[in-house]
Amino acid sequence: MDASIWSNLGLVYALLGAAVAVFLAGAGSAIGVGIAGQAASGVVSEDPSKFAKVLIMQLLPGTQGIYGLLVGFITLSKVGLLGGGAAALDPQTGLLVLAACLPIGIVGLISGKYQGMTSAASIGIVAKKPDQFGKAMLFPAMVETYAILALLISILAVNAVQI
Amino acid sequence: MSELYTYAVARIRALEVALFSNATIDQLIACSDYEQCLQFLSEKGWGDSDTPLEAEAMLGREEEKIWEVVKDLHVEMDKFDVLSYPKLFHNLKAAIKEVCTEEKNRHIFYDDVSIPGDVMLEIVREKEFGKLPANMQNAAAEAYEALLHTRDGQLCDVIIDRAALDAVYAAGKEAKDPIIRDYAESTVAVADIKIAVRSQKTAKSLDFMTRAMADCDTVSVTALAKAALNGMDSIREYLMGTAYAEGAEALAESPSAFERWCDNRIIQTITPQKYNAFTIGPVIAYVIARQNEIKTVRIILSGKLNDLPEDSIRERVREMYV
Repeated sequence: MDASIWSNLGLVYALLGAAVAVFLAGAGSAIGVGIAGQAASGVVSEDPSKFAKVLIMQLLPGTQGIYGLLVGFITLSKVGLLGGGAAALDPQTGLLVLAACLPIGIVGLISGKYQGMTSAASIGIVAKKPDQFGKAMLFPAMVETYAILALLISILAVNAVQI
Repeated sequence: MSELYTYAVARIRALEVALFSNATIDQLIACSDYEQCLQFLSEKGWGDSDTPLEAEAMLGREEEKIWEVVKDLHVEMDKFDVLSYPKLFHNLKAAIKEVCTEEKNRHIFYDDVSIPGDVMLEIVREKEFGKLPANMQNAAAEAYEALLHTRDGQLCDVIIDRAALDAVYAAGKEAKDPIIRDYAESTVAVADIKIAVRSQKTAKSLDFMTRAMADCDTVSVTALAKAALNGMDSIREYLMGTAYAEGAEALAESPSAFERWCDNRIIQTITPQKYNAFTIGPVIAYVIARQNEIKTVRIILSGKLNDLPEDSIRERVREMYV
């Protein structure tokens, strides 16, 4: 058993990379959507007519989880775990895949939380001035930029690793 | 956690839409008479469907609504101590006066505080001051004895009002939230300035003033009291060197302008909370804003009832939060 783990250490690292991407980015989204959801509930409890607008605001921090899932899929596909016949990876290559997954994992976690807080603040704008919905949505969207940059680097890096 | 009040703040933001702006207050002042004012308030949702179209019933119901909302937000009620202390100490004052003078004025108590009138009366009647919060016990015993032996109602008022200011200041100092600290500081400082101004007008002694005024960081009680002894100009001169220079200008303008400034100063203290998304600040600011709104509407209704000219009412109208 031990010998099997050591001989597949490269694959273990690669799988850990996919797990980090999905787990951290997903956690960031869960925190962000949770924070924005509290604010959305506060507004809807007083003014149910704003449900659609605040729901969109609440969903904005949910994208990091999707980005993490995407990188996870690409990673699993790259190492052959999805298509059957897992590749024989040496530990060095496995670590490269793990490193490639880190940007979206870490940035997804942090940006998810802060995008949630920005969404909550923007929900306050929608509560008081619903006609400013477009402008209010731009503030949390700005945070999204950095999650997209991290996604881009993670995808490029995973694809760049020679297996 | 900073996100602890996310729900509460968002809900308050939705409620702030219904707060009266300066424009709404102008519309209320423009109403032709008292009855039209009440009708206007009713159309704005003041009172309930079964509330009679009477000022006190509507204003009382609105005051109740504030605390109904706060309780519904499930935030810690001790955060509101600085707002409830004046009412709590008022109940103590009223109970001591009722017990010592044996006058029955049951309608003078506030019931939306931790010790309602009935309980307070029982405590004072039985002289069980140990049942009161620690910051009330000494003042209660001292005021009770003072009124019983001297029959000096003003002395009783001074002892309890001073204890109330000390309690507000202490609650502010203990609070972690900047808005509570700022509100407590402003409230105590403004109260000290009011005491100095009124004492100057009624020629009170230095001892009286230092006994009535509470210590705070932005105003020196000794300097203010000495200034009050030297006349109104000295008070103005002293205030010009403090954070309350605008108060000096208001004082020069008229007594009602000064009273207006006192309330506006509190609203200015809470105004930054309009841009705060995650702390208890906006909730406390909402409560203060609603109380200020009710006070302003009461001033307007009173002016209309007494046929005061619009300009005269406008001079007394407070600044609105939104």
